[in-house]
Formats: sequence, structure tokens, C-alpha cells
Amino acid sequence: MLPTQVLFLSAVIFVVGTLGVIVRRNAIIMFLCIELQLNAVNMAFVALSRYVGIEGQLFVFFVMTVAAAEAAVGLAIIISIFRHYESVITDDFSFLRW
Amino acid sequence: MINPHLNLFIESGLFVDGNMNWKPIMPAIIILAPLIGFIINGAISLYLNRPNVNSKGESSNGLKRIVSVVGPGSILASFIVVGLNGFRMLLAGHPTTFNANYWTWLQTSDFQVNVGIQIDTLSIVMMAVITGVGFLIHLFSIGYMESEKGYARYFAYLNLFVFFMLILVMGSSYPIMFVGWEGVGLCSYLLIGYWFEDEEKASAGKKAFIVNRIGDLGFLLGIFLLHSALGSVDYVGVAENASGVFVYGGGLVTLITLFFLLAGVGKSAQIPLFVWLPDAMAGPTPVSALIHAATMVTAGVYLIVRSSVLFAMAPVTSALVAGIGVSTALFAATIACKQYDIKKVLAYSTISQLGYMFLGVGVGAYTAGVFHLVTHAFFKALLFLGAGAVIHSMHHALHKVHSEDDPQDMRNMGGLRQYMPITCFLMWIATLAISGVWPLSGFFSKDEIIWMTGSFAMAESSPFPSLYKIYWVMAVATALMTAYYMTRFMVMTFHGKNRTVDGAGSAIHETPKIMLIPLIILGFLSFFGGWVNVTPHLMESVIGGFGALPMTDWLHHWIEPVIAESHHIQLENIGETGHVSPVGGGEVFWAVLSTCAAAVLVIGTTYFKSKSLSYGVLGEDSGTISRFLYNKWYIDEFYDKWIVKPLGQMSKFCWLKFDQGFIDRAVNLSGRSAKGIGWFGSLFHTGQVNTYAFFLTLGLLAVLITVMF
Repeated sequence: MLPTQVLFLSAVIFVVGTLGVIVRRNAIIMFLCIELQLNAVNMAFVALSRYVGIEGQLFVFFVMTVAAAEAAVGLAIIISIFRHYESVITDDFSFLRW
Repeated sequence: MINPHLNLFIESGLFVDGNMNWKPIMPAIIILAPLIGFIINGAISLYLNRPNVNSKGESSNGLKRIVSVVGPGSILASFIVVGLNGFRMLLAGHPTTFNANYWTWLQTSDFQVNVGIQIDTLSIVMMAVITGVGFLIHLFSIGYMESEKGYARYFAYLNLFVFFMLILVMGSSYPIMFVGWEGVGLCSYLLIGYWFEDEEKASAGKKAFIVNRIGDLGFLLGIFLLHSALGSVDYVGVAENASGVFVYGGGLVTLITLFFLLAGVGKSAQIPLFVWLPDAMAGPTPVSALIHAATMVTAGVYLIVRSSVLFAMAPVTSALVAGIGVSTALFAATIACKQYDIKKVLAYSTISQLGYMFLGVGVGAYTAGVFHLVTHAFFKALLFLGAGAVIHSMHHALHKVHSEDDPQDMRNMGGLRQYMPITCFLMWIATLAISGVWPLSGFFSKDEIIWMTGSFAMAESSPFPSLYKIYWVMAVATALMTAYYMTRFMVMTFHGKNRTVDGAGSAIHETPKIMLIPLIILGFLSFFGGWVNVTPHLMESVIGGFGALPMTDWLHHWIEPVIAESHHIQLENIGETGHVSPVGGGEVFWAVLSTCAAAVLVIGTTYFKSKSLSYGVLGEDSGTISRFLYNKWYIDEFYDKWIVKPLGQMSKFCWLKFDQGFIDRAVNLSGRSAKGIGWFGSLFHTGQVNTYAFFLTLGLLAVLITVMF
């Protein structure tokens, strides 16, 4: 596969992830979409490392580490919210507004 | 480094040899003594007025005695030092001007004001009058204010006044004079409103203060202009640079002097700013004597004499000074003819006499102005204190019979001579002096002013000869009116039948010694005070016997160094002032004035005596002119209608229409628009994570697009 095609696939997956975050209301799904975005970026890193050098692939490991940490914290928050409100639908939570 | 002059006791020698180098001893004591008096009396006043004071009034009598000693004592200490220095100056013959700079007050790139004093022949005369007459009035006050609640407060204010007045005359530059100028204004305000529980009296104080502000503005503008023109605001610097920068009759010097004139007009109660002085009579009578007759109101004259170099170069302003002076003199004299309040007569008489001083300094006769200032301080202080003694006795007598009559209304008096013979005698001396009867003090000073006006009109190249001739006629007319209204004043108060309510008359008695002694001393000064400056033109005439006096023309020679420069300018541009008056021989003119004054006195006395003076008869004044004069030409009403009310309406317009209608609305509009924008912004703040993510993405896209294109 040519890097251009990989980058195209990466962009498609990123847009799918972004739209998912914006459109879906289920916190779990939104979370999955964020993971999708991260992995789209990872794919782009790997593809571009062909031109730039090993640093691109190195970065992927950092992203995966951060993503793992983020998944742990994010899921913990979602679970705790669910315990309180018995819901993971973001429409039910507007307490970020003042 | 400590300035050597700060060391008060650095010089101990009392006498100096006859050389011109002269140094004052302990000059700072002169200023500091009244200040210390103020601090002590003020502290006692605060102590006695402290909250939770116990009802026993413990030891307040002892404190009162301290006030009675400290109040006049501090002024006496000051007077002694002034006298000592004056004596040393006399011994020095032609003393040099003494200048001492204590510290720098203001310092910017090219503007420096030093706190310093200047003692020269002019200021020592003023200092002697202020502390001398001031001390006598303080002494009188002990008796007059005896039963007042705010006894300590009164003396604290009075001491503070003397302190500021001394700063005014001793300062070595215009800004320092301005400090004193404002300070005396403050004390005047405090003392006019001394009985501040009475709203009328409190507002009289406010009126004095506010009217004076107009003049103070002129003073400030004058100082600023002077600095921008000469780069110097101290007397020495101004005198040095003036002739190099200004030209005779130039616009700039005229403008500066006009501003100074405005200042003088405010402080010295001349047309059109005189309205505060009659109202100032609301204060205690000794205050009227000290502040509103002898010292503070003469500050305007002092300012003009101090700036004589500038005024000599501005013939237009000088003509205006003289014009304002003589108009005020005539105008106030007409009002004084129809007043019934014993203090109001004296107030208008003071305005009138101040007008004479302005006339004197306006025709370049600066010495004559100062001379009249000094003699006026003597006889007007005597008249006021005498009136105070009368009011004091009347008040107590009326109080005894529980009468509600006004103790200041001359219609309630009459025939007081039998009860107060000494006061009556002394006040006749002052009356004859102010009327200009030979050989009392007022004759010499007033004669010199009128004579100088005439000769100024007849000078070789007098700027406005016909104008000065009119001034001369007005001055003579005023002199005759002065004799008339003062006779009326004396006859209504002391002669004829007694008109006080039943039983009160016999309760009137001579005032205590502490009040009588100052009167006697002032009577002496009113009689002989004029002999220090018998002008040469009088020596050639019938009363030439005075030529033999050692003091002949003394004041003239004494002040000459201060105003020599202005005389030089005058001589250069106007020429020698002639020794002739507009009506002919200057030698006989004195006689005309004096004889006429005496004649008016005699006629007035017989007229008023023949008129059966009873309360009811004098109470009604039906004539149009009488009513017009009684109501003071309706000037207060005129000002009220054309200045105070329009100002009030303008303020109301600014308040309701401009402030509330425009400024407030603009402020509210900006507030509301901020609120609206906030409300619009808050619409994006939904609390939904998805919305935020959406805008985040939009923002990201925007950044990307911007970067790419």
C-alpha cells in the first residue's frame, strides 16, 4: 500500500471518529470514537515514518500509552457517573453549564 | 545640612550698628508662636469637647485660664519679636531686604518654590499691624467671649488666623503668600460660622468662602502666568526680571495684573465681589475687627503693593484698580448711610475705606495705600471693638429684662453716652479719624490718597487724565459721605434719648477693664497714628507746624526701597506727578477736605439731635431712595437673580438632562450591551459535551484552513 492510501484511510477513520464524538450521545460510544481518532492518528504516524524516519513509529507508542491511561481514567469516570445517575447518555448531563 | 537660619538663637546681639547689613533675630518665632498657641488651644478645645465628658465640668475653669493666657500671649510673644526686629531695622537706617529659605517645597524641572520668608520694610509694617492690633483684639476677646461655650475653639481659630496672616505677609514668594491667603480664608470661614448652630451664620461663612474662591482662582492664574513669563515666582526674582521681559503697557503684564486684581477684589471685598463682607458680620465682633477690618481684607492691598513693579507697568490695570476702588468707596458709603445694624454700618464703612486703599495703589501711591491701611487698622479696629462693647452691654442688659430686641440694632440704642462714657469718647476719636478731621490719623492718610489722585490726573503724561479727575471728585464726595454716616452712627448709638426697652437702659454699663484697655490703646493710635507720615505738601501750609515733627514723611521713606522700582517706571512713562490738585492749589486742598468733613459732622449732629429719635419714628423708612439704600441697592437680590439662580438652574440642567439624561444613559447602555453580548455568548454554552466537541472541531478546521491558505 502506498502511504497516500494509508493516509486517506487514516483521514476517513478520523472523520468517522470525530463525527461519532459529535453525533452520538452514549458516553461509551463517544469514548470508543475517541479511541478511533487516536488510532487514525497512529496510522498516519506509521505511514509518514517511511519518509521522516523512526520517530513516527516511536510516537505511536507514546500515543498508545497515553490512550491506555486515558481509557482507564475515562472508563472510571463513566462508571462513577453511571452509578450516580444510572445513565451514560450525555443529554442527561448538562452540569458543566454553570 | 541645617540651614543656619533654622537655628533660632544663632544671633544674640540686640543692637546693630548703623550699617545697612541687617539680620533679624529669631524670625521664625514670629510665625511659630501663634502656631504653638493654636496647637495648645486646639488641644484644650478638643479635650473639653471629648465624648463622655463628665457633667461636673471638672477643671474647665483652669483650662479656660490657660486659654486666656496662651491665646493672647502667643500673639504678644510674636509682637515682641516683631517690635525688636522693627527696632533693629530702624537703627539700621536703610535696612536691606532679608531673605531666608528654609526648605524646598516644590521642585520640578524648571519650577522651584522654596519655603522662605522675606522681611523688608513693607512686611515689617504689616507684621507690626497684624501682631499689634491682633494682640489688642485677642485681649478684648477675653472679655467679649467670656461666657461662650467654644472659648478655646475661638482662640485656637484666632491664633491660627494670625499664623496664616503672618505667612501671607512674610512669605518670600507668591506661592507662599497664596498659602497664607488660603489659610486666612479658611480661618475667616471658620470664625464667621463660629456659631454654626445658627444656619444663617453658617451659610454666611460659606458665602464668604465661595465668593473668595473666585478671587483665589485669579491669584493662581496670575502665579502661573508669572512663572511662564519670568520663570520665577519669588519677589526678588520677579523684581529682577520684570523690567527685562515686560514692556510698559504690554498685554502680558496687563493680564497678570488683572488676575492679581481679581484676587485682591475678592479678598478685599471690592465691587463686584464685596457681597460676602457684610454677611461676614455674623461672626463674633472681635473677629470682624481683626479679620474683616484690620488685617485679612487688606491682603488685596498688600498683594498689589508687593506687585507694584507689575502694576506700574500696566496703566490700564492700574486705572481699573483705582476705578474699582473709588466706585466701591462711593457705593459702600451710600449704603452705610441707611443701615441700622451697628455692625453693618461698620462693614460698609470698611468696604468703603478699602476702596480708598485701592484708589491709592491704583494711582501709584503705594505708600499712601499702605498708610491708609495702617491708620484704618487702628480706627476701624477701635470702632468695631467699641461696637462690640456696646453689643456686649446691650446683650446683657436686654437679657436681664428678658427682651427679645436685637442688641445690634441702633434703633434700640440711643443715649448710651451716659452709661458708657469712656467707650463713647474713644469711638468719637475713631469717628473723627475716619471722617478725615485734622489732625487725627485718618486725615493724613485719606488726604494723601486724594491728593495723589488729583496730582496723578495732572501729571505730565497721565494715561487717562479725565478719568482720574472723575475719580478725584468721587473720592472727595465719599470723604464727605463718610463724615455723614459716621456721625449718624455715633448719634444714633450714643446721643439723644435712650430707646432701649423699659428697664434695660439702666442695666447698660461700661465694659470690664480687659475690654477697655485695648480700646484706649487703639484710641491713642487712632489719634496720633497719622503723624508718622505727614506729607511734604502739608508742611508748606497752615498746619505746617507738623513739619517740625521728626516723623515727617517717615513711612514714605521707610517703604520707598520696596516700591522704588515702580516709582522709577512711573517716572519714566508718566512723568512727574504735579503738586497741584484739579481744583487749584494743592496746598489749600487739605483744608477743604477737613473743613467740609467737620462741617458735615456738625450739621449731621445737629440734624439728628433735633430729630426726635424714637424707636418708632426711625423704624419706618418710606422714601424710595432710603429703601433702595437700606436694601443695599438690591445687589444681593440682583446676584441672586442673575448669577445664583441661573447657576442653580444650569446645575440642575446638567444634573437632570446632561448627567442623568445623557451620561447615565450612556453608561447604562454600555452595561446593557455587555449583558446582551454575554447572553448571546451563553447560548453556545449548553453544557453538552457534544456541542463543545462540535465547536472544537469547527475551530480546528478554521485553524487548519487558515494555516493552509
